[in-house]
Amino acid sequence: MPRHFWLWAATLGVYAFLYVPLAVVVLFSFNDSALNAAWVGFTTGWYVKLARNQDMLGAALNSLLIALTASTVATVLGTMAGIAMHRYRPRLLPFMVITPVAMPEILLGVSLLLFFRQVLDMTLGLFSIVVAHITFSIGFVAIIIRARLAGMDESIFEAARDLGATPWQTFRRVTLPLILPGVVAGFLMSFTLSIDDFVITFFVAGVGVTTLPLQIYSMIKVAVTPEVNAVSTLLMALTLSMILLASRFAPDVLKGKA
Amino acid sequence: MALLEIQGVTRRYGDLVAVDDVSFSVESGEFFTLLGPSGCGKTTLLRMIAGFEDPDRGRILLDGKDLAGTPPEKRPVHTVFQSYALFPHMTVRDNIAFPLRMAKKSEEEVRQRLQETLDQVHLADKSRHYPHELSGGQKQRVALARGLVNKPRLLLLDEPLGALDAKLRERMQLELIGLQRDVGVTFVFVTHAQQEALALSDRIGVMNEGRVEQLDEPSRIYGFPRNRFVADFIGDINLLESEVLEANPAHLKLQVAGLGEIAAPPTAGIKPGDKGALALRPEQLRIAPHGSPQELKNHFPGTVLDFLYLGDVTVYKVALPNGVVMDALLANSAPGRAKFFETGDAVEMAWRHDAGLFLRE
Repeated sequence: MPRHFWLWAATLGVYAFLYVPLAVVVLFSFNDSALNAAWVGFTTGWYVKLARNQDMLGAALNSLLIALTASTVATVLGTMAGIAMHRYRPRLLPFMVITPVAMPEILLGVSLLLFFRQVLDMTLGLFSIVVAHITFSIGFVAIIIRARLAGMDESIFEAARDLGATPWQTFRRVTLPLILPGVVAGFLMSFTLSIDDFVITFFVAGVGVTTLPLQIYSMIKVAVTPEVNAVSTLLMALTLSMILLASRFAPDVLKGKA
Repeated sequence: MALLEIQGVTRRYGDLVAVDDVSFSVESGEFFTLLGPSGCGKTTLLRMIAGFEDPDRGRILLDGKDLAGTPPEKRPVHTVFQSYALFPHMTVRDNIAFPLRMAKKSEEEVRQRLQETLDQVHLADKSRHYPHELSGGQKQRVALARGLVNKPRLLLLDEPLGALDAKLRERMQLELIGLQRDVGVTFVFVTHAQQEALALSDRIGVMNEGRVEQLDEPSRIYGFPRNRFVADFIGDINLLESEVLEANPAHLKLQVAGLGEIAAPPTAGIKPGDKGALALRPEQLRIAPHGSPQELKNHFPGTVLDFLYLGDVTVYKVALPNGVVMDALLANSAPGRAKFFETGDAVEMAWRHDAGLFLRE
């Protein structure tokens, strides 16, 4: 028996546990049968059906709109927070920014719901979802930006000022180009978090507005149709490519330095 | 009018006084050095001139104009940082052109000045390289070029040679002197390396604990230190605790414990009864085998405790009868002679009556 047999077996077991269910979903989205039971034959019919499903398309459009808006705003705010944390080393800000990241989603969902309804008396809908998504994304962006800045020689920013750049020019010509990989990674991270989110969205969506994860959930209450498999596969592909992109732009994020 | 005037500048960090009521001025075209141990306030002073920090008290004037309230980017003062602070995402070319572009010079002028400056620092063939592709000495030159390209009134240099190895350091020192002479820009240089300061500067301000202890030409700083700190910080020095017996314009007569009366050159303002130390540089001391004829009046028997053979010279640690250990420096210039004395040898130590300097307590 090879020396590392058990180690390899355990590793394979863990990976199987993680990825087999996902593989099954992908596989059955191409299965030519309405039942998720046995493999009958290959078809792309579920995807065609999906493309004609108006509810699903509406939900997908909402999700994209929310994800784009929320991740854009979260990237801007999170970048500012990350720079502030690096430059001024405040004691409270890191906790305030990172807490939403670590907070159980259900707690965040409930408290946001109470805040929107009881305190602000808002009508729930697209806007409240966007605000909620921004809230939990800022922390991720800030952490990435701060990690990126941590390894940098502080004097280059002073050098820019010293050589005639205003604070804005320093940001534009020196700081931003240097943290850009982190900014892009932060944006992609927020985007995937937003497009996948179920729990928090469930609380703050109100009636009438639905997102892709909410729509999938309402569909499987009836039955797990291959159509759900198809939409799940598409969502998975999107998320995966986002994560791959993020790791291209900021490899240190995946290496756990963030 | 002086180019730069520092008037009563004070800077505190909490209870710590980093810069304590410092005043001096720097003339146009000068190579001026602030020398002192780490934490003496020299870098803080530099940062205040650059505009990164503000004085709590006092004024900094450039060309007679108070700099208070002028942000760093509006001051005609550039800095070469200890870490070089090159922009890692820009090529050598773009790094050097940065100050010109910030000053909104025309592309034509940028190109022309860039070429001039690249030639001046011998980097024309590296202009498309990124900082991480350069050696330490090359990065150093890029930082210098970037600081000089827009012809500042003043170039501040914060220990710029600190990261280089000894041989390269010496070469860069020579280049720095040549460069300063060529461009005619006034340099304010900060270092803790006394030899560097002596080699490069027109004038040196020796700083300690936030104050300027002495401000003078290098040869005066080395030859006539004003107090114990300066004497001790610049080069090696032997100090003999003594008391003044007699003072007149021609000489001093000192009482040194265990050695008796010693003649020393006169110093203005010294009175009989003053206590202090006679300071003697190792190269002012001579040693000869015990019992050899002595023509000098100041001579004492001693024993070689130890020696450091440095190639060109040997430093002998010699114990005198009063227990004081003195360093004496002997050139190894005699042909075929690598060493003169061994540990334990009995020797005679002597110095001229006009050598040394009495430092009052």
